[in-house]
Amino acid sequence: MSFLADYVHYIGCFALVLIGLYIVLVKTNLVKVIIGINLIDTGVNLFLVSVGYIRMGTAPIFSEDGAAGKQMVDPVPQALVLTAIVIGVSVVALGLSVAIRLYEHYGTLDLRKIRELKW
Amino acid sequence: MRKALSLVVLLVLALGLASALRGPSIGAEANRGELLDDQKVNFGRRYNSRAVEETGASNVVASVLVTYRGLDTLGEVTVLFVAALGLAVLLHTGRDRKSGKEAEAPSLIVFTGCRFVFPLILLFGAYIFVHGHLTPGGGFQGGAVVASGFLLIYLGCRGRQPDRQRLNAVESLSGVAFVVIGLIGLAVGGSFLLNFLPKGSPYALLSAGIIPVVYVFIGFKVGCELGGIVADLSGARR
Repeated sequence: MSFLADYVHYIGCFALVLIGLYIVLVKTNLVKVIIGINLIDTGVNLFLVSVGYIRMGTAPIFSEDGAAGKQMVDPVPQALVLTAIVIGVSVVALGLSVAIRLYEHYGTLDLRKIRELKW
Repeated sequence: MRKALSLVVLLVLALGLASALRGPSIGAEANRGELLDDQKVNFGRRYNSRAVEETGASNVVASVLVTYRGLDTLGEVTVLFVAALGLAVLLHTGRDRKSGKEAEAPSLIVFTGCRFVFPLILLFGAYIFVHGHLTPGGGFQGGAVVASGFLLIYLGCRGRQPDRQRLNAVESLSGVAFVVIGLIGLAVGGSFLLNFLPKGSPYALLSAGIIPVVYVFIGFKVGCELGGIVADLSGARR
């Protein structure tokens, strides 16, 4: 039980990554595949933030009254995740535009019909 | 077949990840008790203890993003720009735009409501990116809020769309301004994106040197860029 309590954020982000991977592997609708890629992205971002997390730590922002004595969480993963979120948005936007062009060309978003995939 | 095989793959992956968690603990939580010595550099704790006096910004994430790792942020803005460019190329070239069905005009209530809310959304976005060095938020977050205002206009007030050329001009000029600020730092102090403005007193709005200036430009750029992406995806004509 304490294992679950200690690692609940890691378990959550791994679960997100695995759910996204399952969607990418199984679903045949292109828009759902893009949603799966976005889920993997979210899981990885959550993992990076939780690596920098300190139990009961505060956000790395100082204020005048001050939260003295409290430890702050690591700011570097948060800054990196900020970058990663923006890049994830660009990836999803590009993927959606490719999906729009594929739909215009093939008249369907089904990946089995777009390419003759067997399974 | 396909589902079973993917489930097997996922099971193997899940077992591997779970066994990784069983090992020695990782992350900042694991070494929170250790004292900071000179041999071992811990960037997070170093930034947390020194960033306010070094940059003058009370938001450590903002000072990491704009000063310590400013070049990364420039690359990030470039990635977003390239993605918007690629999206526009994909959606606007080699394509006969008949635009057969014109969108219906919205009802008066929706139209008036959108026109009323739009400036308030822009104001909120501007508040977020102007206070980026003091409070949670910053250029990218404020830009995303601004872009949600553009999304509202494209959804609710068809026929009254923002001028694309003006959007593109604002976006390009603020991108150029970001690079120019970096080059001024190079000319004045010899390093790109140097914090050359006075740091001021901490916790004041006009403090932290170039951080609020850069964040305002990033906010304009990201807002216009995401607004353009929304416009392209919603099928607005150029």
